[in-house]
Amino acid sequence: MTNFNRRKFLLYGSAALGTSVLLKACSETPTEGTEGETTSDSGAAASGDTIKVGILHSLSGTMEISERTVVDAELLAIEEINTAGGVLGKQIEPVIEDGASDWDVFKEKAEKLIDQDKVVTVFGCWTSASRKAVLDVFESKEHMLWYPVQYEGQECSKNIFYTGAAPNQQIEPAVEWLIENKSDKIFLVGSDYVFPRTANTIIKEQVAALGGEITGEDYLPLGNQEVTPIVAKIQQAMPEGGAIFNTLNGDSNVAFFKQMQAAGLGPEQYPVMSVSVAEEEVRQIGKEFLLGHYAAWNYFQTVENPQNDQWVTAFKEKYGEDRVTNDPMEAAYIMVYIWKQAVEQAGTADDLEAVRQAAYGQTFAAPEGEVKMNPNHHLSKWVRIGQVNDDGLFDIVYSTDAPVDPQPWNQYVPDTKGFACDWSDSEKGGKYQMES
Amino acid sequence: MIDFLNAAFNGISIGAVLLLAALGLAIVFGLMGVINLAHGELMMLGAYATYVVQNGFKAIGDGWWNEIYIFVALFAAFLVAALAGLILERGVVRFLYGRPLETLLATWGVSLILRQFVRSANWAIVAGILLFCGLYFGGAWLLRRRPNWDSIKNWASPVLLVLSIAISSTLLAVLGRTESPFWTREWFGSRNVDVTAPAWLRGGFPFGNYQLPYARIFIIILTALCVAGIYWFLQRTKWGLRVRSVTQNRDMSACLGIPTQKVDALTFSLGSGLAGIAGCAITLLGSVGPNVGGNYIVDAFMVVVLGGVGKLVGTIVAAMAIGMLNYLIGAGTIAFLLQPVEPLANFFLFFSTTSMAKVMVFALIIAFLQVRPAGMFPQKGRSVEG
Repeated sequence: MTNFNRRKFLLYGSAALGTSVLLKACSETPTEGTEGETTSDSGAAASGDTIKVGILHSLSGTMEISERTVVDAELLAIEEINTAGGVLGKQIEPVIEDGASDWDVFKEKAEKLIDQDKVVTVFGCWTSASRKAVLDVFESKEHMLWYPVQYEGQECSKNIFYTGAAPNQQIEPAVEWLIENKSDKIFLVGSDYVFPRTANTIIKEQVAALGGEITGEDYLPLGNQEVTPIVAKIQQAMPEGGAIFNTLNGDSNVAFFKQMQAAGLGPEQYPVMSVSVAEEEVRQIGKEFLLGHYAAWNYFQTVENPQNDQWVTAFKEKYGEDRVTNDPMEAAYIMVYIWKQAVEQAGTADDLEAVRQAAYGQTFAAPEGEVKMNPNHHLSKWVRIGQVNDDGLFDIVYSTDAPVDPQPWNQYVPDTKGFACDWSDSEKGGKYQMES
Repeated sequence: MIDFLNAAFNGISIGAVLLLAALGLAIVFGLMGVINLAHGELMMLGAYATYVVQNGFKAIGDGWWNEIYIFVALFAAFLVAALAGLILERGVVRFLYGRPLETLLATWGVSLILRQFVRSANWAIVAGILLFCGLYFGGAWLLRRRPNWDSIKNWASPVLLVLSIAISSTLLAVLGRTESPFWTREWFGSRNVDVTAPAWLRGGFPFGNYQLPYARIFIIILTALCVAGIYWFLQRTKWGLRVRSVTQNRDMSACLGIPTQKVDALTFSLGSGLAGIAGCAITLLGSVGPNVGGNYIVDAFMVVVLGGVGKLVGTIVAAMAIGMLNYLIGAGTIAFLLQPVEPLANFFLFFSTTSMAKVMVFALIIAFLQVRPAGMFPQKGRSVEG
């Protein structure tokens, strides 16, 4: 094999180099913020002209679809704050990292954001699995994470602020509303992973307490599209009709709603209440299959108030007329502002302890209405039930008349009944027994 | 009685989807022995072809043609997938016949490429790929006509390759930076797309207390037609005869003057085309996204292996059996029937959720394959290629 001489080596080598440079050039899409970029003066982040914050979401892989929209909302908030003069007179500089839908990568990137980029806070995560993966990092490094998605509760970390709904701000009111207005017979359908199973444990306790009846439950493996047995079971369990509580996630929703309709199970007789179907999902499933079904969230695009009009307009202006806004995006938008207000009140972005203390009690006129950060690190939020209409948006059929205070530890689950969380008081901390 | 018929219908409809997904694989894997892990992605291409046809018909405007687009989509899905299969066979698989492990890895790679392709496809990328193919293959064709090709090919073809890559990536880079959204807008993106069945396929046929979905009936009929078509092709046509003879004994067939290469290409594209039809059919039931094929590939292999590699009838029986079992266990029918015997009923009740039913069916299949390792209908005879 002496054929491979120096000239050939040079030829192939330079060719390979050239191609890779070209490929690199065309794969670089202009993104906002500095993707994974580190600056030379890696001292205190806020000492320069900018304040660095981390954004840690999946920008590739199976969760990309959902998490990218949240990143859009966070960047919009940062841009608005910067245009209005920034925080403490400094511009916010987002450092965006891709968690790649892989929980180990999330952990790695969280460490990188904190240690290398020296960000003062991180906005990130969607799935509970990714949040649990980075929890250790944020706790051991005494850092701060803002988490924007509705979740199953039963957690209250000193280092995480949760701006999505706790179960008592979404799932529990939805069950109550179903029993009061639709049917006391409820069938549970969910994807086979932690959130639906935890949520259904809560729902079962709650339905029993309210005097309703669980007629059955079924779990579909993630991504599975064969729902015939489930539809048959619903018909057998509730031949006269009844309500369905749906915690399915992702693709299975499409199959579920398409085949429910084909089997003749319509929203009049078999109303479905979903907690993972928002405006974006309606668009993907197809509104003709969802028409008349229900969803429970804190925010719908159709909420009527000046803040929401302004936000929706700004969002569409920046990202396109065909985009929709939804609940996790709104929660992501809120959390950037709450952080900003806390920093301003504390007068510093670097002293995380001061920022944390200042965050308690912050209120913000959000698109959903006025929200407030509680000492238990969760937001007081409005609860709404929406019904899918002809435009693929939600008609709001029920809304609380005041924000609902969050309960991270669920009061229907025997293990956590009577517990609460209060980080403003060092005696109490993440889980303490309430006095009854 | 009505309950029984409804249960039978549901079982058959699950089986029909499995069979349709596995039919193409039964040909590619069963007859040709190629482990094609990109089969699911060929289904995905069929599903996206359906999406494109649907949007094309919608763009013409409202009218009766929106009700029949599905038939056009079936042909389009078949053609697109068959063409992709042909390229895959000519470009990759034919170099790997008789080397199952390499085939497995290569087709898996192809499946990843296809998934990423539909996620990121836009006019710029397609233009880049077309330009590259034109330059490279056109250039190679021109060079090959030169009398001194043999003496220059050692350096000429790498140079050609590098030049083609360089030129087309430059084009890609330039187009990627243009202002015009025409070039850079993604065709599908990574989001799932919405395919809506025509109105006449969306309702159902009233049947006692139940309603039999038209979409399911449509799929059952489509599956029956596909099976009949395959049987007719393999048993009644000249090319079918050649396909059968090549799969039985390749060397002897080649000696007798059968163009085995052409037969391979034809068989592979036929199997791929069937995957495309399956892809079109599943848009009636579920969502269409880059990962849609991955949900079916394991089930499809399971059907072919259980049925017995090399026998179409095995695939049919196995698909129906798995579909029935899945339904009877998953919907709790067996648990219901066994109510008099309480421990057994409780045992089946435990498995009567969809995800647990899959576990049980899988376990049953493994147990069955322990007894009959070659599947339900093993191929017999000495002439089988080893």
